[in-house]
Amino acid sequence: MTQSNNQSTSRRDFLKVTTATAVGTGILSTLGSTAHVHASGDDTIKVGLVGCGGRGTGAASQALSTKGNVKLEAMADAFKDRMDSSLNNLQKQFSGRPERVDVAEDKMFVGFDAYQKLLDSGVDVVILATPPGFRPIHFEAAVNKGVHIFMEKPVASDVTGVKKVLEAAKKAKEKNLAVGVGLQRHHQAPYIETIQRLKDGAIGDITSMRCYWNSGGVWEPRLAREDAKSEMEYQMRNWYYYNWLCGDHINEQHIHNIDVCNWLKDDFPVKAYGMGGRQVRTDKKYGEIYDHFAVEFVYADDTRMYSQCRHIRNCWNSVTEHAQGTKGSCDISGAKYETTGGYKWKYRGKKANPYQVEHDDLFAAIYNGTPYNEAEYGAKSTMTSILGRLATYSGKPVTWDEAMASEVSLMPKEFSWEGTPVTVPDENGFYPIPTPGVSNVL
Amino acid sequence: MLSVCRHSLLMQGKFTFLAAILFSVSMASAQEAKTEKEMKPYTEKILNTDVTFDMVPIPGGEFLMGSPDSEKNREDDEGPQVKVKIEPFWMGKHEVTWNEYDIWSFNLDIQRRKLMRGKYDEKEKAADAVTRPTKPYTDMTFDMGHDGYPAICMTQLAAKTYCKWLSEKTGHYYRLPTEAEWEYACRAGTKTAYSFGDNAANLDDYAWHYANCNDTYQKVGQKKPNPWGLYDIHGNVSEWVLDQYIPDAYKKWSGKGTLNFPVNVPTTLYPRVARGGSWDDEPESLRSANRIASSSDWKIQDPQIPQSIWYHTDAIMVGFRVVRPLKVPTAEERKKYGLDPVIPADEGR
Repeated sequence: MTQSNNQSTSRRDFLKVTTATAVGTGILSTLGSTAHVHASGDDTIKVGLVGCGGRGTGAASQALSTKGNVKLEAMADAFKDRMDSSLNNLQKQFSGRPERVDVAEDKMFVGFDAYQKLLDSGVDVVILATPPGFRPIHFEAAVNKGVHIFMEKPVASDVTGVKKVLEAAKKAKEKNLAVGVGLQRHHQAPYIETIQRLKDGAIGDITSMRCYWNSGGVWEPRLAREDAKSEMEYQMRNWYYYNWLCGDHINEQHIHNIDVCNWLKDDFPVKAYGMGGRQVRTDKKYGEIYDHFAVEFVYADDTRMYSQCRHIRNCWNSVTEHAQGTKGSCDISGAKYETTGGYKWKYRGKKANPYQVEHDDLFAAIYNGTPYNEAEYGAKSTMTSILGRLATYSGKPVTWDEAMASEVSLMPKEFSWEGTPVTVPDENGFYPIPTPGVSNVL
Repeated sequence: MLSVCRHSLLMQGKFTFLAAILFSVSMASAQEAKTEKEMKPYTEKILNTDVTFDMVPIPGGEFLMGSPDSEKNREDDEGPQVKVKIEPFWMGKHEVTWNEYDIWSFNLDIQRRKLMRGKYDEKEKAADAVTRPTKPYTDMTFDMGHDGYPAICMTQLAAKTYCKWLSEKTGHYYRLPTEAEWEYACRAGTKTAYSFGDNAANLDDYAWHYANCNDTYQKVGQKKPNPWGLYDIHGNVSEWVLDQYIPDAYKKWSGKGTLNFPVNVPTTLYPRVARGGSWDDEPESLRSANRIASSSDWKIQDPQIPQSIWYHTDAIMVGFRVVRPLKVPTAEERKKYGLDPVIPADEGR
């Protein structure tokens, strides 16, 4: 194409284009001999999607864009309209390869138990992309069924959920199931190289880390109170604003940055101190979550991770991670560091879409039968975010062990449209908001 | 106009009242020009905010669009040169900054109006009725700076919708430039590769580009302007124009005499045109005639499907600049030339 020059005028774009072709070549070469590891008779991998929102649909698209013979065969969601629009979008996306999206009507499942029906319908790989609160239940069921799994981050919204995921992760290993977790920075070349260099001592010993997810917030509540048929439906449609579903924004988004610091430390914090609250997003339609957190995490060797996340418009925004070492400092997200001696390094290598690479890597492992399990660090980084939330809500230091000993569950007793979530609004529509110094969280 | 300015200034408290009135009087006359002769530079204030932006007059005239065969680093899509007639307009002295853009995208005017008990008049009502984008998933400044820095990562649709909102808000008709208008304004009467000559070695005086920007965009207005007073027209961020990118557009136009308001009305989402080159580009991409085509790669990191109609998560080198034609187009003209934003029916999902 004559315009290809123009379409890649910038250096960044050029780099991206060159890498797109490099991805996945290693996978194709191994296809022939190893396709027997999955259940179906031929070499087709049958994928099921549980949770058909924007991200689930995106994840399905990436799974279907891997090099092997992959097709989407089943879908599940609590809401039929979400599933229908998801299918429609995927069909559009794959109009050039329609055989990849082949979902019969009897393989479309709606409701709270849709995930189980989907698992029972005979898929090889399941994508779990509902709101995070459901993940532990779905993950456990998928492991029990013996299918390979891609699950979005975070993998739970509360401690009991994390524990369930850790249990199931062990079982997944025993069964040699491949498990990918949507912490895509682990599959992003600039991150991988930067972290490796830091571990190799590029800026000396790491003395502290900082990370941020400060942004303008996410989508507005989608369903108005007067249009909701039940409290359960209201919260499910507006899931970001309810803790049992989302785990607050420190868990739902900021986990990415917290996880990078854990990755660099090769460890997880033992304790957290936090503060935060609801300063701007105070309307009752914003449910029960906070709009800002500042948390200090402490690792066993007393190293600190300073973390901020904020959902307030028109403030200093940053979604980044940084490390300070005895011999320099590093902007991890910017993939560059500088030593006290004046040496500067910046990643200049290839870049590729990490959302695609994470699926390429997972499906390569499935084809090759190589051990692949990201569930444990996914669960522990989720736990780190939750620990930050507990420390912030309570206004008191909370240790990892104390938190892990907690039996407090945020999940509803009954999963049905008539079921009652743990927190419900008062007569004016306001939810009880956790209050530092007052609320007991463990 | 006078009452609007006075009102918003009063609202903010202790301004020098007399000076404010005098200023707004002179502003008003420049803004309400009826003929090309009356067009002067002016400062527009965005109601219910502290934010202003500057507009400079661009005289009408004719020019040769594209580059001659002899130009160094010229690309095929820049020729053959075609003669174009341009009607007078004002153009933003600077690229639109985050300070301006976030008022619309984050409802900052509405928030402030409520807090400050601001006036809710017809213009405000009309502006509030314009669609605003969903919130971005991540930080769209990519931590490169906010106040005084150019807004980036918006789709062409978002830039067009911003213009529509700005028109309602100010009572003046603003839109994106056509590709021809952009190049005409950039050249400012020059025929050289850049508006300051052919020598790329002088670029550092006029533009932020890959070699001098330290891997980030820069605050607008720090370099020398072009002959018509436009800052950062080369470099800093590439700027959206209205046109679909058609590589052989000039070939199709050539031989048709002087073109009057040429524009390639978009029919597909990609590729569309951005102009001027950016902080992330080499000098040759900053030439007046260089054309940049958008592609789906500009959204590669958007993890959702459908992808956002408002954000190009990977276009951290693209922004825009507004123009205001002296002659306001009719509804038919707006339709014919694709000047209005058209939000896809399934937006919002």
